[in-house]
Order: sequence, then C-alpha cells, then structure tokens
Amino acid sequence: MTERYVIAIDQGTTSTRCIVFDRRGQLVSLAQQEHKQYFPRPGWVEHDAAEIWRNVERLAPLALSRAGISTDQVAAVGIANQRETTVLWDRRTGVPIGRAVVWQDTRTDTLVNTLLGEPGADEVQHRSGLPLATYFSGPRLNWILNHTPGLRERAERGDVLFGTMETWLIWNLTGGLHVTDVTNASRTMLLDVRTRQWSEQACEFFGVPRAMLPEVRPSVGVFGTATAAFPGVRIGAALGDQQAALFGQTCFTPGEAKCTYGTGSFLLLNTGTELVRSTHGLLSTVAYQLAGEPAQYALEGSIAITGSLVQWFRDQLELIATAPEIETLARTVDDNGGCYIVPAFSGLYAPHWRSEARGVIVGLTSYITKGHLARAVLEATAWQTREVVDAMNADSGLAMTTLKVDGGMTADNLLMQFIADVLDVPVVRPLASETVSLGAAYAAGLAVGHWPDLEDLRRNWHRAAQWMPAMDPAVRDREYDNWRRAVERTFDWIKPA
Amino acid sequence: MPGTVQSIERAAAILRMLAGGTGRLGLGEIARSLDLAKGTTHGILRTLQVVGFVEQDKASGHYQLGAALLHLGTSYLDINELRSRSINWADPLAARSGEAVRIGTVLEGQVLVVHHVFRPDDTFQTLDIGTLLPLHATALGKVLLAYRSAGAPGELEQFTRRTVVAPRELALALDEVRAAGWAAEIEELTLGQAAIAAPIRGYGGLVVGAIGISGLVERICDTRYRPHPRLVGYVRDAARAVSRDLGAARH
Repeated sequence: MTERYVIAIDQGTTSTRCIVFDRRGQLVSLAQQEHKQYFPRPGWVEHDAAEIWRNVERLAPLALSRAGISTDQVAAVGIANQRETTVLWDRRTGVPIGRAVVWQDTRTDTLVNTLLGEPGADEVQHRSGLPLATYFSGPRLNWILNHTPGLRERAERGDVLFGTMETWLIWNLTGGLHVTDVTNASRTMLLDVRTRQWSEQACEFFGVPRAMLPEVRPSVGVFGTATAAFPGVRIGAALGDQQAALFGQTCFTPGEAKCTYGTGSFLLLNTGTELVRSTHGLLSTVAYQLAGEPAQYALEGSIAITGSLVQWFRDQLELIATAPEIETLARTVDDNGGCYIVPAFSGLYAPHWRSEARGVIVGLTSYITKGHLARAVLEATAWQTREVVDAMNADSGLAMTTLKVDGGMTADNLLMQFIADVLDVPVVRPLASETVSLGAAYAAGLAVGHWPDLEDLRRNWHRAAQWMPAMDPAVRDREYDNWRRAVERTFDWIKPA
Repeated sequence: MPGTVQSIERAAAILRMLAGGTGRLGLGEIARSLDLAKGTTHGILRTLQVVGFVEQDKASGHYQLGAALLHLGTSYLDINELRSRSINWADPLAARSGEAVRIGTVLEGQVLVVHHVFRPDDTFQTLDIGTLLPLHATALGKVLLAYRSAGAPGELEQFTRRTVVAPRELALALDEVRAAGWAAEIEELTLGQAAIAAPIRGYGGLVVGAIGISGLVERICDTRYRPHPRLVGYVRDAARAVSRDLGAARH
C-alpha cells in the first residue's frame, strides 16, 4: 500500500502555505508565497483575494512535487486561515468586489463607537460572545455595504456573496460551494455562538442581508471535493488559524490551553461543550466541531502586540539587527532594572479592551541600559500572558496547570523561562512547531478516516522542550504589581475627539 | 616607522587597491602599481587568499576582494540567532531519530549547548541549554575542534576509559572527523551513552556550530559499536539543512 498524506492550506495574514504531512504528523514538504499588503490609508489594511487564490493554485502542485507525490496519494486537504478578514464577491463571475478588508484594519473605529450606542448592541455582544470591536467582520461588512453604492441591493438579490478566507477558498476549490466553518463564523459577530446559526437580530443590527451569508458547517467533516488546485481531493476541514493551532496541539480536553506566540499572541482554553461567557474580557468562541457531534467551545485571550514589539525594537529603535538578538541583549543584564514597557500601540486587547490606551515605558532612570529595555520588551509578552491566564482562571473556575506553546517566539529561551516563572506553571513546546497547519491537516485527516480518532492524534504529540517555574513568589508578586501599575498608566491617553 | 611590519603594510595597500579599483586586478598590475617584486606580491596575495580576504578568478587569474572580508564585521553568528534558525530542522531530526538533539558552539574552550530538543518519548527530561560540555570528549566538541571553531584544548580530562586524552590520538581522531564529515562519541563522556554530530556551516563554509543526537549506546550504535549509518545520515541531513539556511540568509 502506498503511503497517503494530508495537505494543509495555511492562508495567513502575510503569506499562504501548502504543507504536506505524513501519517505521523511529520512535515514532508512546504511551499510558501507571500501576498501583497495594501495600506491605502492610515489604519486600513487590505488583501487582494484573487491574488491569494492564484497563490493557492500555484502552491498546490509545488507542495506535491516537493513531496514527490500525486493527488491520488492525498487523503484530504484541510484549511486554516486568517480570521475575521472580510471578502465579498460576485456570485455569477466569482470576481471579488473590492479588496478583502483585513482583521487588522481599524477603519470601523468611529462606526463601532456609534453602534455601541444603538439599541440592540448589548444583545449582539451577548449572542455573539464577542465585544463590539473593529477586530470582527460584522462591523466591517456593515461599513463596506454602506460605502459601496448599490451593493446592499445586489446583496439582497443574492448576487453578492460574503465570506471569510476559508469560504472564499472553498468556493474556488469546489467551483461554487458557498459554506463557512463554525469557528470562522463565530468571529463575525453575526453568529449566535450558542445555537451556531446566523442571528437574525445581528444581521438586522449590522444591516447584513441574509442572502449573502454562507451556510454554516462543522469544522471537521467533508465540505466537498476539490475541482481546482487539488482536483479530486476531499476538503476535510476548515478552521480559523488559532483554533487550528489548538487542534494541532491536541488540546481536546476541557482545561487544556495553548498559546501561539507570533506578531500577536493568542491563548485559547478548551472549555468543552459548554459555552463559557467571560466576565473578564475574554472572547467566547467555537474551538471546533466534528460533524455529527456537539461543538467544543473555547475562551480566547487575544494579545495584539508581542512579537511585533520585538520587531519595533529592531526596526524602529534599531537596537538589534535580528529578532533573536533580543535575547542576547536581554542577557547582558540580570533584571529589568525597574523598567517596564507596555506596548499598547493601538490600544490594549484582552483582558482590558482599551482602544484609547497608548504605549508607555515607565521606570526610566539614568541606570537603564538598552539591555534593560530588551528585558522589558520580552517581559511585556510574559506579563500580558499572565493577565490573560488570570482572566481565564477566573472565568473558567479552573486553574491552568500547564501551558502548551508554539510559534516563532518559542525559540526565545529567556522568554519561555520567564513565562513559566510568571505563570508559575510548566511551559511546554511540542515537537511540531507548525501547529496551525498541523491542526488543519489533523482535522481534515480525521474527517476522512485517515486518522481514526482524537486519541490517535494525541499519540503523535511529543514534548520537545519544557520550562519549569523557578521564580521566588515574592519577586513574582512584586513584579506583577509593578506591571499592573504600568498598564494603568497607558489608559485614557487618546482623548475623545 | 619603527615597529611596523612591512608585509602587513603591503597587504593593506593591496586590499586598498582591490577595494578602490574596478574590482579585479592581475598580479602584474598590482605589482607594478605598488612597485613591488612580482614574487613578493604573489606571496602576499596567496596569504590573503588563504584567509579568505582575497579571491582569485579561475578563468582570468585576476584577484578581487574575498567574501570573508566583506563579512568581517557581521560574520559572528549570534547564538540565539543560531537557535532560531535551526529550530525547524532540529525538531524533525529528533522525530526521525527518536533521540535527543543538541546544538553546540564554542565558549571559552568548552561546548556551549545553545539548543536542546527532548528525546520524543515524553519521559521527564530537563532542558540543558546553557550547559558546558568538554570539547575533546563529545561528538559536538570534536566537530568544533576538527573545523577549528575552537582552539586546541588545554588539559584533556579523562571521563571514562574511552575518553581520548593523548594529544596525538586526539589529532588523529580529528583528522578522521574531517575526512568523514561527522564525529562520533562512544562512551567517551558517560558510560552507556553515545552521540553523533556534524558541522553547521555559515557563509563561506565557516563552521559556526555543531548539531547532533545523543542517547543510549545500544540505540545509537550497532552490535559492532559503530554508529548506525541511518542515524549518521539524519544528522548530516539536518546539519546541511541548517547550513543552507544560514548561508542563504546573508546573501
């Protein structure tokens, strides 16, 4: 019997990747292509959805040839995608209408403030499990419909379709299937997160015609068979990228959590079949749903600035030449020297959700060197994680006992140790760093029986590194108190216009 | 000018000429310009070529500045950069071999462990990033010694009966490492433990570190006490993959 493989399409914010995985979940080949970022105005971020689809078409044969396999050896393809990015296209021609508006785009900030004051705002937030913010697709869709003449009428007639990135890719892969997965749908603010159906009330609130919305499907289950890119291969799964990482880390049991450390960082805690509503600034979101089974929920803590603070340190302050050198510089000193950096560059996300906050560096004295600043940069990521974990523990009533980590920043040994120190739990890195793609592959392979069950996937997970907490509790408490006082100093910086 | 070395002054003049001119110059041209004998000029150029400051075009025989000189300021590879660049190759090496992976560089006459991936069996293991190992008694260290990443070690401490402690014997072992392109360590540091390592090269082939696996001698070696060729292959593949990434990244 010839070996069979599963392919993941990881459609991310800056690039698209096709990755081939073998039966043991090991990476066999990878093909990657960046796409253009459009910044037409300050705060606006756009992608060309047609370019992204072309990239998928180009990468598919490349990934196959690099693995030395053909499509008949591919059991299934799974999709993990950048979440909340909003794509509109013409149902008849399949041509995108305008450029996709990316999750980082803040053009809806005044709109969101207006919407917050309207009747029904509380109900929308309650039903969706999300705070009304520029981050999500609903306000974005409202903005596009309001700013494109004639678009709402065309949408009402069913001529214009909406989708997040996985919807757009599946439409193109299958030649016209208009579906979304429940994890992506749960990030629109249009979904009733409890019933997992489009909410009539939210559609009305955001002025979104029901006819343009895709059908909501479970994340894990055959969506259809591809006719393009991977002709003949079944599409077994689609998940938002952070949910995919949770799946790739095999966090299948309530209480299991992972944090992906990239440009921003995203901590997701599996809360099981029960939807936990946060009272501490976290998002209630769908973790995944296997076809024919109840949905699994998660609490999510989104941190806007972590790795991008290191990039800022490198590119704007020019104190280091490459990102990993932050650790070298940080190790030139023994502690932060009393200095703290709170990177509220565009406000603070979880658990504060303060859009008017701006970044601060506090505790500056003549003693502070660039080494102390480098420490403060790394510590900022750890303390922001601590704030999110505290909120999770408070909301879920469970104390997190270990944190699974992945993402580029896990190469920073000083940071990983510091995270273990401030959380006072072991921090564990798995042997597969590509957890987003792996999660999409696992989910797709599971859907077609390539892997029999979740337990089988769990057996593929192995510990590659573990950092044990070693900080004096008194020091931890003192430092956390200092951090919290630093955070307070970021609040109310931007005055209402 | 008392106390200066004439040949270094001349070498500096040659480098200035090569840096300032059209790029490539012939031996005769350089000698004439500096008013030096051809033989003297050739000797200096040969030396500069050996250290990588000058390169000779094979077809024309003309000389130009070498890549090593261009990277003189940046050729030091940050250890955290090395870890970051190799992490994606160290993981598959651990998965394929089933053994623990370590990456080492030289720090003050010892091997500094800069990256460590656990043996993928989920048993309790402790990260030993930052620990120091002896150069002469480890596979990682012997690779670093063989490719002159490290200077000659001082006293050769005996850890086991199999530790190589005679300088002449060590020199022979290092010759073998250079010939084979990889090093083995069989119960030389710890009884019952064996290891395999291969060089990680940066730009211009300069060895900047070593990557290797280690584990129980009965898993690393065959019945004749030799490392399994399959495992040696995995280690060398990983070393080449990291080297490719490092070399390509700066150019």
